[in-house]
Amino acid sequence: MIKEKVRIVSNNRLSDGVYELVLDGASKVDCGQFIELTIPGFYLNRPFSVADYENGKLTVLYKILGEGTLAMTGLKEGTYLDMINGLGNGFLVDRAEKPLLVGGGIGIAPLYYLAKELVKRGKTPTIVLGYRTKNEVFYLKEFEKLGVTMVATDDGTLGLKGNVLTVIKASEIDFDYYYACGPMVMLNALKEYSTKGEISLEARMGCGFGACMGCSIMTTSGTKRVCKEGPVFDAGEVI
Amino acid sequence: MFVTDMKVNLLGTTLDNPIIPASGTFGFGYEFASWYDINILGSISCKGTTLEARYGNPLPRIAECPAGLINAIGLQNPGVEKVISEELVKLKEVYKKPVIANVGGHSTDEYVKTVSAFNDVDNVFAVELNISCPNVKGGGMAFGTDYKTASELVKKIKEKATKPIIVKLSPNVTDVTEIALAVQDAGADAVSLINTLVGMRFNLRTGKPIISVGKGGYSGPGVYPVALRMVYEVSKALNIPVIGMGGISKSEDVIEMMTAGATAVMVGSANLINPFACKEIIDRLPYVMEKYRINKLEDIIGRAH
Repeated sequence: MIKEKVRIVSNNRLSDGVYELVLDGASKVDCGQFIELTIPGFYLNRPFSVADYENGKLTVLYKILGEGTLAMTGLKEGTYLDMINGLGNGFLVDRAEKPLLVGGGIGIAPLYYLAKELVKRGKTPTIVLGYRTKNEVFYLKEFEKLGVTMVATDDGTLGLKGNVLTVIKASEIDFDYYYACGPMVMLNALKEYSTKGEISLEARMGCGFGACMGCSIMTTSGTKRVCKEGPVFDAGEVI
Repeated sequence: MFVTDMKVNLLGTTLDNPIIPASGTFGFGYEFASWYDINILGSISCKGTTLEARYGNPLPRIAECPAGLINAIGLQNPGVEKVISEELVKLKEVYKKPVIANVGGHSTDEYVKTVSAFNDVDNVFAVELNISCPNVKGGGMAFGTDYKTASELVKKIKEKATKPIIVKLSPNVTDVTEIALAVQDAGADAVSLINTLVGMRFNLRTGKPIISVGKGGYSGPGVYPVALRMVYEVSKALNIPVIGMGGISKSEDVIEMMTAGATAVMVGSANLINPFACKEIIDRLPYVMEKYRINKLEDIIGRAH
């Protein structure tokens, strides 16, 4: 964990309600770890997954969900933000030989950095992305460069109509281990399908570094904090 | 050169400075040791401990507020046995000074047993009695909002406890000095205040409370003036030490809280938005003392009275 000041390189709208924030001056972060940003005017720091990292440039994808994320859309290029970097435990990148990446909504974000890391290690991921609708789609072209990418939308406006499980079941994907991030309903459905993988969880956090117990969940081996022992957990471990 | 002395005496123990991370915002301390040398802290008030292990409340347990947050953790802890045999042992490896244990409970019997469990723990120099937690059902705050109940509980605990008892007071009362005087008469060695103010936030989409159990405890800079007022009133009325807390976020706040009457201070919510909050407050304190021409911090305790 490190506290640092980062400079906004860009803050652009990608699709309906989804934005990309690129920050410069960040220390190295493992894929699957998360960061926290201090947004001027708000008391608590905001936790975000890391969508990409390269040479000090760290990319965050965020969706407007409340007043904090709405305020973030107004952050200007060149502004400095306080950031806590390197939080939690990331993905176990070496676990998979034939990786399957499953993302839903804004939960797609950390899978991009993961996909790049897998490709670097000579592994070709199969990628399944779920969006609400076509207008929400982001980062699809970027993922397509890294592996076979399939899409589901709730309303069928792009890819298969349904959710990520519809795609996985219909395509009989050959994989030995999956990495997933998305809404809890999606993760639960995926866990029922297979527990050979790991899931990255989201939680309303107080601190983000293990001090407040605001994000404790029950696991097969007792209580764990999403921010400290997670956010990535073995799929079979989360109750 | 301007000479500054930050030492304070609390219940017979000399603290290098009056800064103590508040219970529930610092875990059992040792995790912070990987980020900075926590031995700079005056002391540590450990995570609230109950007789048996508690998972706490369902999520969400946190709601953001203007100038603070509401929490309803519900005293998640591994139970007193594990706290003593595991957590405090880990803390002792990285923190060489005596600490404060913090105890919560549902019944008089549970409080007495849990507090007494710390009787022979050598790195604990006092036990803080949480009779003001708004987040546990059928206990917690119920003990701290009625002066007779609070007084009875403290008397029973003092019969069995060998460590000094600090009673943590609730601000959710009509007259905080009435309870403070009652626990002083019952044998309390010190009081600490304020615990959180009971608050709520609602989700505008669902119309339901954000916190799973509805209400929670509000803390942060928003409660700071309320805390100052209560510390001022209580310290004027009592002759035992008062530990001040509630929204302290910077070195100036420490000086102001001690001016109001605090012998030492606890820093809570600030730790949750900045893991280095206590370190930064301690590092800068000598400069702020110099600015206000304060040589000895102990001299300003209650100077507003």
